[in-house]
Amino acid sequence: MALKKVKGTLERVLDKNLQDLVRGIRNHKENESKYIAECIDEIKQELKQDNLAIKANAVNKLTYLQMLGYDISWAAFNIIEVMSSTKFTFKRIGYLAASQSFHEETDVLMLTTNMIRKDMSSQNMYDSGVALNGLSCFITPDLARDLANDIMTLMTSSRPYLRKKAVLIMYKVFLQFPEALRPAFPRLKEKLEDPDPGVQSAAVNVICELARKNPKNYLSLAPLFFKLMTTSTNNWVLIKIIKLFSALTPLEPRLGKKLIEPLTNLIHSTSAMSLLYECINTVIAVLVSISSGIPNHTASIQLCVQKLRILIEDSDQNLKYLGLLAMSRILATHPKSVQGHKDLILQCLDDRDESIRLRALDLLYGMVSKKNLMEIVKKLMVHMDKAEGSHYRDELLSKTIEICSQSNYQYVTNFEWYVSILVELTRMEGTKHGKLIANQMLDVAIRVQAIRHFAVSQMAILLENSHLLANNSQRNGICEVLHAAAWICGEFSEHLSNPKATLEAMLKPKITSLPGHIQSIFVQNILKLYGKILKAAEAKEDDSLKKEVHTLLQEKLPVFIQSGDLEVQERACSILQIVKYIMKLEEKGAAVADEVENLYAGELNPVAPKAQKKVPVPEGLDLDKWINEAPDDSSDEEVPGNTFFLTTEDEHRSSYQHGDESRPTYEPTEEELEKRKAIRKTEVEHNPHYLKDDGKGHKPRHKDAFDAKDIPVAEIDLSVPLHVPGLSSSDKYMVLQQKTEKAHKGKKEKGKKKKKKGKGKTQAEESDEDEVAAVHTVSTIVDAPEGMAGSDHEDDKKSGDVYKALDINLD
Amino acid sequence: IRFILIQNRAGKTRLAKWYMHFDDDEKQKLIEEVHAVVTVRDTKHTNFVEFRNFKIVYRRYAGLYFCICVDVSDNNLVYLEAIHNFVEVLNEFFHNVCELDLVFNFYKVYSVVDEMFLAGEIRETSQTKVLKQLLMLSSLE
Repeated sequence: MALKKVKGTLERVLDKNLQDLVRGIRNHKENESKYIAECIDEIKQELKQDNLAIKANAVNKLTYLQMLGYDISWAAFNIIEVMSSTKFTFKRIGYLAASQSFHEETDVLMLTTNMIRKDMSSQNMYDSGVALNGLSCFITPDLARDLANDIMTLMTSSRPYLRKKAVLIMYKVFLQFPEALRPAFPRLKEKLEDPDPGVQSAAVNVICELARKNPKNYLSLAPLFFKLMTTSTNNWVLIKIIKLFSALTPLEPRLGKKLIEPLTNLIHSTSAMSLLYECINTVIAVLVSISSGIPNHTASIQLCVQKLRILIEDSDQNLKYLGLLAMSRILATHPKSVQGHKDLILQCLDDRDESIRLRALDLLYGMVSKKNLMEIVKKLMVHMDKAEGSHYRDELLSKTIEICSQSNYQYVTNFEWYVSILVELTRMEGTKHGKLIANQMLDVAIRVQAIRHFAVSQMAILLENSHLLANNSQRNGICEVLHAAAWICGEFSEHLSNPKATLEAMLKPKITSLPGHIQSIFVQNILKLYGKILKAAEAKEDDSLKKEVHTLLQEKLPVFIQSGDLEVQERACSILQIVKYIMKLEEKGAAVADEVENLYAGELNPVAPKAQKKVPVPEGLDLDKWINEAPDDSSDEEVPGNTFFLTTEDEHRSSYQHGDESRPTYEPTEEELEKRKAIRKTEVEHNPHYLKDDGKGHKPRHKDAFDAKDIPVAEIDLSVPLHVPGLSSSDKYMVLQQKTEKAHKGKKEKGKKKKKKGKGKTQAEESDEDEVAAVHTVSTIVDAPEGMAGSDHEDDKKSGDVYKALDINLD
Repeated sequence: IRFILIQNRAGKTRLAKWYMHFDDDEKQKLIEEVHAVVTVRDTKHTNFVEFRNFKIVYRRYAGLYFCICVDVSDNNLVYLEAIHNFVEVLNEFFHNVCELDLVFNFYKVYSVVDEMFLAGEIRETSQTKVLKQLLMLSSLE
């Protein structure tokens, strides 16, 4: 017995306390985990002892280890033991460990309820204080429910120290247990007028947080807060109150009007930047809500903008950032006031800090006008060249395109310039926005008719040099541009100067290294070009040309047939079949070029974004009914090779829905068509690889460029920018524009009318700028089912979460 | 406030106070991410960083980074001031505090944090009051 005691004391002497532990860890930097594993074993031994001091020591060490990242949840019960000790220091250690490591899943939490209750009602205020502290970190719905009453009594305790803590904890309680809000609320209101300023500010804090999520419940408190705002001098409290008001004003416009006066006073008088910033933010919020146009609020906006300018000009980065942030909020509602500061923003673009540059970029969005668009874009491109991070470069790129394309290209006067910008952008390395560029090219080419000729010639050059771009196809967005290029060449092939050369370019073997969907576009467009060439050849009765083209196709197309991508295979096979067919017909002397060309008759317009949803369901059609009998799990989903290719004729019919077509010698009857349709539908339902093409929406498959598709991303690494002969540089357009501007300055008064189709905007808004004539017009025709009004505003309501539960009417 | 983090330049956590629930591995990940983001920035950069869907307000004192993670809508400058307040209190309390002080007396640092911030909000801003409380607490030991 005595030996045991001696042993125990010895061990206690050798126990490491916290200092030793820390020193030990620092000394054992190499084998840290081993050392820590040893320590954990020792700690486990210590925890088995009865002596609370030892246990507390052990728990202390455990807390330290937990901070380093080791899991200590196995010690939860021991921690509770320590928490229940009567000595304050041990108790504190226990609570600290608990607050660090306990969370909702900890099972032993229910043991703590009574203990916490006891601690909270203890005479020693430090006990209750530490209990409240710990509770705030690991409170759960059960705990909240049980302890809510006790905390409420504490709110009225005689010691402000405890009152403060209790008030702040109530917020956490409310989050976990919303029903506590209603009874507690009157007490909370009282605390707002508590004599102790600390308690007051705590109450303000809590109510502000609550009100931010559910403002309408707290409108009744507005007068009270108003009084507080005007009387208090504590900046922290003021900031919170002002923030609260900015949450309330959207609901109560009269409040906003009353607020402007004291807020502007504050803005003038305060020297604290934080308060200034908060006031400006709130003023903006207020002005957004009373946009009905009171005369004097333009003065407030001017004031805000002035102050923000001072912020931005300050050398402190933080203030600059905040100034830019607030400016962009103003920009959303009052773009005119911000435009005067364009020069400052452009300066900010050169700043070293990336976040500032991004903010300035955002602002630029609202500041472009016809005249400065070219300069700004040029500047952005220069930035892009020397930008370090690729993320920033991507941002720049997408922003540039956004700026240029906003409101149907309102500000782009010269589309040739824009197309050349797009082409230059393709030379940008390593960007993931290739798809965006491709989309833009397609968009421009389709909608701006006048530019098609130019666009097509540029695209043809791109194609011829496609081998340069096709090099690294892992994470490559640039390849997408080839997709657009091929499509444009095919669709508008009448503008091509040398279709045969382009055809050859499209058939180069390097193409097979491109991703599958791009290859399929290529194959498709090969057929279109082929049709064009045939037509031209027939008109000239040039048989040798025809033969050349035929042999060319016959040689090169089989490469595509061997491609791994199913789409490419399909298309290549069908085209090869057509070509063979046509050759046979040629030998018989029939002129088939017309029919081939008719495959592609009809102009394609962009489809409105929600058109698919708006298509009215025809009567008598039940979308939920099976078309055929319910398909049985047939095992021939993997259709063997031969039958797959034999059904290519059906696939033709589906692919070429958008045009008139008629086979030269083979006229299927009505019933056969129906039968084929039925066969095809079952085929489609069974084939997992077939991309379904809806008949309703007029959405031809290669228009999928407008939808999001999975793009196999690839890395492109061009160390030297390509200089491709024939591609025009964008600079020459800028120079051209400047020259014409100078010439036109004299003719300002003659009032050029803008020839944009379908635009509602009047000239009055731009009266203070020179009217720069649009060189090309943008078509805004959009495909949509009849009767579609405009795009819906479908709110996507975010899921409610905790704050919805707090939405209780408190009156 | 979502969490408060004190890290040194090497990435070791000196203090981590979480006001929101995260799993352990999430916490580790967060710590690493914060470290990665904050150490790259030099004096020319702003003290605010956008981070996932929150914001980090940080300040560097010698070799330590004091980071507070707040909502996007919170006022940055307020929390910057709060950090400075906190550091001044620590300085007073430990008499010219250095990193080792924080390491060896980490539980005391936690009590300072709890005095000044509670349940994710700023609780006490007056340095004298906080110091008075802390002195009383330490006299109990």
